[in-house]
Amino acid sequence: MTSRRLSLMLLFALVHIMSPAVAELNYEPSAELSSEPGPEPSPESRSTAQTKAQTKAKQGYDYQSSDVQSLQDDEFSNPGMLWVDEGRELFAQPAGADGQACLDCHQQPAGMAAYYPRINPRLNKLVGLTGQVQICRETHQNATPIAYESRTALALTAYLAFLSRGEPFQPVAESLQADLGQGRDYYYQRKGQLNLSCAECHEQNAGQYLRGDLVSQGQSTGYPIYRLEWQTLGSLHRRFRSCDIGVRAEPYGLGSDAYTRLELYLRSRSQPLPISAPAVRK
Amino acid sequence: MSEAPESMTLKVRISLPESVAANDIVEVKTLVSHPMESGFRLNGMGEGIPRNILSRFFVTYRGEMIFETIFGPGVAANPYIAFSLRATESGEVRFLWEQQNGEVTEVVRQLAVL
Repeated sequence: MTSRRLSLMLLFALVHIMSPAVAELNYEPSAELSSEPGPEPSPESRSTAQTKAQTKAKQGYDYQSSDVQSLQDDEFSNPGMLWVDEGRELFAQPAGADGQACLDCHQQPAGMAAYYPRINPRLNKLVGLTGQVQICRETHQNATPIAYESRTALALTAYLAFLSRGEPFQPVAESLQADLGQGRDYYYQRKGQLNLSCAECHEQNAGQYLRGDLVSQGQSTGYPIYRLEWQTLGSLHRRFRSCDIGVRAEPYGLGSDAYTRLELYLRSRSQPLPISAPAVRK
Repeated sequence: MSEAPESMTLKVRISLPESVAANDIVEVKTLVSHPMESGFRLNGMGEGIPRNILSRFFVTYRGEMIFETIFGPGVAANPYIAFSLRATESGEVRFLWEQQNGEVTEVVRQLAVL
């Protein structure tokens, strides 16, 4: 009897070593087999559950089909580049009463996008890149305000993010820990009629199928993205709204504090992935 | 569905080499920003969104039409069109996108045949 159980344990230990995924599937039957207070769940199976949260960071790109990937890779036919082109023009073009262009102040815009969201010292408030573009537009350029999801805002942010391509987001500063904590809370907060948090899909089930699509890790490095379903470029906050609506929760506004903090938290999760905007997604 | 869409400036990307060897066949790629609104969709208020599409794209090489396509409402936004061109002699290549209201966006590129 003991030798039989021993061999069973050995068998399962072997399976555990060979494939953690199979091990999880087999865990229940093994518990059924040993009717008496059987062997403790093997250390291997426990450690897979623990390391799930610390899996390697992967771009949303890696969850796309090869045709979508090649559309992103081809710098000519990537439709997001239309916005990058437009952003490059807008950046150098004077706007507003003072006749100032973005370029007049920001002569070295490369790498800027990696620092956002950050605290705007004048408002003493956390702002994302789009929020900062809106603030510059209104206060420094004295121009008509632009909407968060407007073509102008998307073009400028796409251009700036494009200039930061290849480098990772900056680590989140110590002074932002409070905002970061609130962003993390949002990420793990269950919400909506489906009672799901971000983590339920993007942490626990990344790489699994949700109907026809692979669930990604929800990394933010490719934003703004050209989404084929949207038929246009869209911001990260638009994506947040889609997700919130998807779990049937009341979405927050574009550029809202809640979303900006979540954006900050996603930035902290993205290390060491490089910025890859404008990405293409299905 | 009444008001006509306001006129738009189209953003265009064209991939055409500046110079090619005689009789070479080159792939020409074009991308244009356009919403290609089909006219069949409703907005958040349940009202129809007016149709707003490109109706035609054509290309002339040394004054001769070498490529033409007619768009319908089923074409996706920001149409990407690629085609081949046999470079015979140096000359102008004109790319023309015509919108449903007749407005034409034209881009001219020089092709040098060595």
